[in-house]
Amino acid sequence: MREHFRFLVFPVCFFTSLPRRLCMRLYTALLAPGEKTDMFDYLCRDPRHFQILSLGSLLTLIILWSDFGPTPLVFLLTAATTLSTQFALTKIYGLQQFDFRSPLISALSLSILLKASSLLIFPLAAFLAIASKFTLRANDKHIFNPANFAIIVTLTALPDHVWVSPGQWGSTVWLGFALICLGILVLSSARRGDIALFFLGSWATLTFGRALWLGDPMAIPIHNMQSGALLIFAFFMISDPKTTPDHVAGRLIFAAITALIGFTLQYGLQVREGIFYALFVTCLFTPVIDSLLKDYRYQWGKI
Amino acid sequence: MGENMIRLFVTVFALLAFVPASAHAFCGFYVAKADASLFNKASKVVLSRSENRTVITMANDFHGDVEDFAIVIPVPAVITKSQVNVSDGKIIDHLDAYTSPRLVEYYDEDPCAMRVMEEMSMMRSAMPMAAVADGAAVNAKALGVTILEEYSVGEYDIQVLDAQQSEGLLTWLNQEGYKLPKGAEKILKSYIKQDMKFFVTKVNLAEFEKSGYSTLRPLQVAYEHDKFMLPIRLGTLNAEGDQELILFTLTKEGRVEPTNYRTVKIPTDSDVPLYVKDAFGDFYKAMFSEAVKKEEMKAVFLEYAWDMAWCDPCAADPLPNDDLRRLGAWWLDVSPDSTVPVPVPLPGQPRIMPSPMPMPAPVNVFVTRLHVRYNAETFPEDLVLQVTNDRQNFQGRYVMRHPFNGPVSCEAGQEYYKSLPQRFEREAQSLASLTGWDVQEVREKMSKNGQSFDIKPKTDDRKWWEKMWEEEEK
Repeated sequence: MREHFRFLVFPVCFFTSLPRRLCMRLYTALLAPGEKTDMFDYLCRDPRHFQILSLGSLLTLIILWSDFGPTPLVFLLTAATTLSTQFALTKIYGLQQFDFRSPLISALSLSILLKASSLLIFPLAAFLAIASKFTLRANDKHIFNPANFAIIVTLTALPDHVWVSPGQWGSTVWLGFALICLGILVLSSARRGDIALFFLGSWATLTFGRALWLGDPMAIPIHNMQSGALLIFAFFMISDPKTTPDHVAGRLIFAAITALIGFTLQYGLQVREGIFYALFVTCLFTPVIDSLLKDYRYQWGKI
Repeated sequence: MGENMIRLFVTVFALLAFVPASAHAFCGFYVAKADASLFNKASKVVLSRSENRTVITMANDFHGDVEDFAIVIPVPAVITKSQVNVSDGKIIDHLDAYTSPRLVEYYDEDPCAMRVMEEMSMMRSAMPMAAVADGAAVNAKALGVTILEEYSVGEYDIQVLDAQQSEGLLTWLNQEGYKLPKGAEKILKSYIKQDMKFFVTKVNLAEFEKSGYSTLRPLQVAYEHDKFMLPIRLGTLNAEGDQELILFTLTKEGRVEPTNYRTVKIPTDSDVPLYVKDAFGDFYKAMFSEAVKKEEMKAVFLEYAWDMAWCDPCAADPLPNDDLRRLGAWWLDVSPDSTVPVPVPLPGQPRIMPSPMPMPAPVNVFVTRLHVRYNAETFPEDLVLQVTNDRQNFQGRYVMRHPFNGPVSCEAGQEYYKSLPQRFEREAQSLASLTGWDVQEVREKMSKNGQSFDIKPKTDDRKWWEKMWEEEEK
């Protein structure tokens, strides 16, 4: 009987941000004698599993609750394209293994963030995202975060058809999602996740600093921080270990510069998608930062 | 629509002017010269936007003494005289009517035969508007206030100010007779640091009397700036309770949405009981309040999003190109038939119109109607807006279905009558959940208004020849 409950451990830990070790202990306690902890191990092996779960639950919430959310078809088209592009390019480039996780994360991020007047734009963006990963490389790393690259290219090339809606989440959904993001940090123990916190810290400093300078009530910066797009950006785009500096100091600099450029674009130049442009620009400098501040190269699934 | 029902005509009730008569409103704020207690409750603002060009039209149903009217609006750019215009309130009323939530009426046909329905269209009242002035430059300079522009347009005396210090601005405004609400200084300071200019307006009484208008006309300002926003913070200061704003936007591209608040569609396409027809205003107000409550007053509501070329059903005719240009759709060509006046529905007058109502040519204007109830707590920040490429149509539409109440002589007719109480119950539940009204009260009202829950089929006792002649007469 009790083995049925062990599956509850996972969502409970996930949504309450309990430390991984404690979850593990709970999970093992509920195992039948002699049974192995395969599933839990598998989930913990790669932080992207948690990313997929959290983005997936967020997408479901948005589809169900938001009046301007994507349709399931948008996600299906996007995911089908990212996965097939990844598959084809894996073959073409003669890589060993087809990996479904990264393209799925790109598809989820794109479905949540990108808005378009035509359904055809989604497969296009999805293709661009994955193709950029294989073709635009430096220093044995891809330069741009795939979803961010696709957003910027489609925004620039098709300004009459593409937009990003940063304000379409209620504060309840935002709060839930913020908890999940924290959960990911704790559970996955992704060391490269620190950049998400660096970025949010820099952004918060700028936002609260601006409010103090203007003499605005704190309700305004607090309201500004409660942006869903900001969370997705911090936890799923800028935190991509493949496109950010290897060294911790490098990541700190990278996050601060991205925040500064994004903030200037958003508040100074009225570019609503400022952070996405900022990441696009700072990603170009990752190879430079990497050559100055050396550290070991991150590989998915090897923590 | 059910199989045994055809739609020939549709009744459309446009919902207008459901704000209380004494309400005033604004994206800036009213300041009383004579300390009259003013509310700042419901405002109608039209924003036309394409590229970095913005035209803002502010219509206010100011009902106090015009002498007391004065407004201060933060604007991103310096506004010269030629950028200001006084418009005609009727155009905004027309836009209001065109985008209003609508009640549609269908008639069930005889379940035993084909049948017909009837149509009419009704409009409710339109709103007057307001705005103002009076002017004198004193020791402005000494207070750190530069009067960048000073001029009169129509019945308005206008000054455009650049200020370095909020205290100076406050003192100057007070000296000029603008009474500022408590807490204004902090907000003014914030706007000054954001390099906003101040557009201050009072009514020129002599001009106003000369104009012969009984109410103040809407004030329009055109400017070029990347900032696309609506200042609402000042408005929350002198407000008593919550504010109400209806924002219309005209764009080339598509729907407009706030980027810093969530947009929610108003509930639509619900079947409602027949008695709602006589209480549509109450119904809509209650439903809006309920929707606001559900979102904890943290959302902006979309009431209409449509291509200006047509409507279905129409609450009012689409606006002609010339009126759209007057509202700031500068990208439209001057239409060749501009001399032909397009009839504007008169308030309170029923009118027949076909439905849908197409216009001959696409006009390339997309209209969005946003409705927001807010206060300083739930909407701490100004509305930051963006134009999207979303051209999906949306309207607030509520449906009344008149049951067939004639005699029936077939089995389908018996079944039809049997199914009615269930349908009435669904309508009652739907109305109760939309408005928060007590469902038992709703049922009682329905029973009294032709929707009895123990409805019995009427049998047809006429002789066959009676029916035959009657049908012919029809």
